[in-house]
Amino acid sequence: MSAPISLTLRVWRQDGPGVKGRFEDHRLNSVSRHLSLLEALDLVNERLVAGGKRPIAFDHDCREGICGACAMTVNGVPHGGLGRLTVCQIHLHRFSDGDRIVLEPLRARPFALIRDLVVDRSPLDAIQQAGGFISVRPGQAPDANVVPIARDIAETALDLASCIGCGACVAACPNGSAMLFTAAKVGHLNLLPQGAPEADRRALAMVQAMDHAGFGACSNHGECAAVCPKGIGVSAIARLTRAYTGAARRQLLSL
Amino acid sequence: MTRYPPPILDPRIPPGPLAEKWRNRRASGRLVAPANRRRYEIIVVGSGLAGASAAATLGGLGYRVRCFCYQDSPRRAHSVAAQGGINAAKNYRNDGDSIDRLFADTMRGGDFRAREANVWRLAEVSNAIIDHCVAIGVPFAREYGGMLDNRSFGGALVSRTFYARGQTGQQLLLGAYAQLNQQIAAGTVTMHPRTEMLDLVTVADGNGTRHAKGIVTRHLVTGEIRAWAADAVVLATGGYSNVFFLSTNAIGCNATAIWRAYRRGAGFANPCFTQIHPTCIPPHGEGQSKLTLMSESLRNDGRVWVPKDPADCDKDPLAIPEDRRDYFLERRYPAYGNLVPRDIASRAAKAVCDEGRGVGPLVGGLRRGVYLDFTESEARYGHDAIVARYGNLFEMYESITGEDAHRRPMRIYPAPHYTMGGLWVDYDLMSTIPGLFVIGEANFSDHGANRLGASALMQGLGDGYFILPVTLPDYLARSGPSSVTPDDPDFHSVLADVRARVDGLLAVSGTRSARSFHAELGRILWDRCGMSRNAEGLAKAIEEIGELRRAFWSDLRIPGKGEELNTELERAGRVADFLELGELMCRDAMMREESCGAHFREEHQTEDGEAARDDERFAHVAVWFDQGEAPPVRVIEPLTFSAIAPAPRSYR
Repeated sequence: MSAPISLTLRVWRQDGPGVKGRFEDHRLNSVSRHLSLLEALDLVNERLVAGGKRPIAFDHDCREGICGACAMTVNGVPHGGLGRLTVCQIHLHRFSDGDRIVLEPLRARPFALIRDLVVDRSPLDAIQQAGGFISVRPGQAPDANVVPIARDIAETALDLASCIGCGACVAACPNGSAMLFTAAKVGHLNLLPQGAPEADRRALAMVQAMDHAGFGACSNHGECAAVCPKGIGVSAIARLTRAYTGAARRQLLSL
Repeated sequence: MTRYPPPILDPRIPPGPLAEKWRNRRASGRLVAPANRRRYEIIVVGSGLAGASAAATLGGLGYRVRCFCYQDSPRRAHSVAAQGGINAAKNYRNDGDSIDRLFADTMRGGDFRAREANVWRLAEVSNAIIDHCVAIGVPFAREYGGMLDNRSFGGALVSRTFYARGQTGQQLLLGAYAQLNQQIAAGTVTMHPRTEMLDLVTVADGNGTRHAKGIVTRHLVTGEIRAWAADAVVLATGGYSNVFFLSTNAIGCNATAIWRAYRRGAGFANPCFTQIHPTCIPPHGEGQSKLTLMSESLRNDGRVWVPKDPADCDKDPLAIPEDRRDYFLERRYPAYGNLVPRDIASRAAKAVCDEGRGVGPLVGGLRRGVYLDFTESEARYGHDAIVARYGNLFEMYESITGEDAHRRPMRIYPAPHYTMGGLWVDYDLMSTIPGLFVIGEANFSDHGANRLGASALMQGLGDGYFILPVTLPDYLARSGPSSVTPDDPDFHSVLADVRARVDGLLAVSGTRSARSFHAELGRILWDRCGMSRNAEGLAKAIEEIGELRRAFWSDLRIPGKGEELNTELERAGRVADFLELGELMCRDAMMREESCGAHFREEHQTEDGEAARDDERFAHVAVWFDQGEAPPVRVIEPLTFSAIAPAPRSYR
């Protein structure tokens, strides 16, 4: 742990949408293994600024794996495929001396590139605006313990609700589908008794919004779940499919 | 900058006994008819717990709302990172909790430097927050019978904290974000992500009083600078811990919105009240950009210790026998033990490290760490129970340090985490500028000189869901719909100021990055205005910050232009404001010649090293007003305590 490490960061640079991009190599010599990967990028940027060059643009904020801002692909895999970690949680002690680390933006059609490693993930917000809520106004709610919720239901809902909206699942999917994301959002609310009155509406509206935003269809590759930093499994998708088909049938039959 | 005469501070506390005040306020407030609400536009800056809940609720009431955030999505606001929980006086555990007790704990935890009427109201609305959050689908932890579970937190002897594993903040924020999304879809709220507020616009009314009527923003992708007009402005932009450079806040958290409002005449209250959180992962040294917090809940089951003998500090902790360990919190504070409030735990940890009994690597010549040991709890409750309670925190610790805390004790060290200081607000959460409301961490709030764990989420949501939606309409009803537009001269003049400022930053063309100045400011403040302060150090800090500010404006380098995504420009603007705010913190710390809560003046301590509060001279809120080039003016709001007498805090 204590010996320093030397690495090369090969980073995708692209000035803006529609402009030709390129890889740029940045060598880091004998830096601390305690640095996070993003702190290594900070060091590279400090060097670029000192030389009067434009620093590498990347989205990041909380740097503790919860805000979901920092998704990018690390060596070809969103978040790097190093276990249930976001990019900001990867520290250099996970790499070997002399490694070359390739950093690219999340590549998916609905995520338009803005610059370098920054993409526009607002289509994920659009899916949630379509129905990812329970319609209750402040002041309307009964006492919080009026409706008991079995512990395993609450825990499963929380498993699904732990999605951080990073978009890695979309970039990992060969179809660019947001099925795992949408399934997590629908599943969380539909599992809870509070979400039941709007369950059908929610499933139909959010899947439709996903289609409208240009995300692809799900063909059960499971790449999404493999890269999810919060460990959301493909069973969520099965749950969504069931909710959606049930809702569509009830809508068709006007039940 | 114009000089604004400091106003007389009127907290506008409603009449009646403490428990009746909020009811009286609600009964006396003026209302806006449902059909008239759409005639009013409200700007909300920030989309964390306070901002998202306020924007969603005001939108739901029928007002037209614009909500701005610098992140790419409102869901990323830093409330998302809160781990431990949210307090409420539900007394579901039947362990003697009540509104009175939550009130008393908060007053005492804040070392009697909070306004009691606000604190009472906070305790009063706490239960409704939990009800609402459950109703909108927040998956709180539950017991097997299906009822909500609670845990204990520092500074309380009851279990009143509701939680969702180690991600309570994310779950509460997703709840508020969902409500916000519903309003966005309904068209009542327009969301402006990746847009940063750079200034406040005030407009004079018929009497010459300036009201907040808009803001100026910069779009972080296109660089477009533009003005927005509204009937009222709400700042929900969080705290300023990042003034220390290394903190547990997100990298982007900044003070620009509240600082610019201060420069336009809003009073800044208690800037020196900054909280240093005891359970963070210790700093590792050069190149670090951020410190990581681990939930205070860990102190429920972990025991804090260091070796008795400095000679043991570099030994394997497992090889240090019991009788050579100093469980210093349990020793000094037997009643609360490891669950003393944050300020006390942090100071005690710093003291043992300064004595040379810290553990872990040498950083800056000192071992900055104490052990947090779960051995005993694992033996008592079993490994699985500890994993169930804190699994994600242990994983986080391992991913950062490469160490397994089930095998060897964690190392922790205090880090800047939360700021109790902020813009002064009256009982209605309105600043000294009429029409400018400030909610959540951005205001000087209800936490006095020290916030208790799990109370920030409570305050943010209390302000946004239940308090502001009552008090803000009263202001609107009194002032009527305004006719200002961004084409008015007041807007043009602020736009010109902002453009000049951005151009000024780009024009410095020196050699150093904004980050390098920020890091230097952080070191000055951490050393001289951090966990302990003295007059000499503070005077020195004020001098050093002045020099640093001059260096910044003559040697800053920002590559690129203003009309594009320019992260260096963003940071430079924030650092420029931190360089001013840091100085105000030191001035405030200098003038407050007492120790209270998180503010510890070395000259004012008891024989055994505890904080010596001075209620005779300092039972007040210190509110600062900008005077342009002249030094700022300090005005006080005296504090009175009717419900509980301000006894010295004792957690022994």
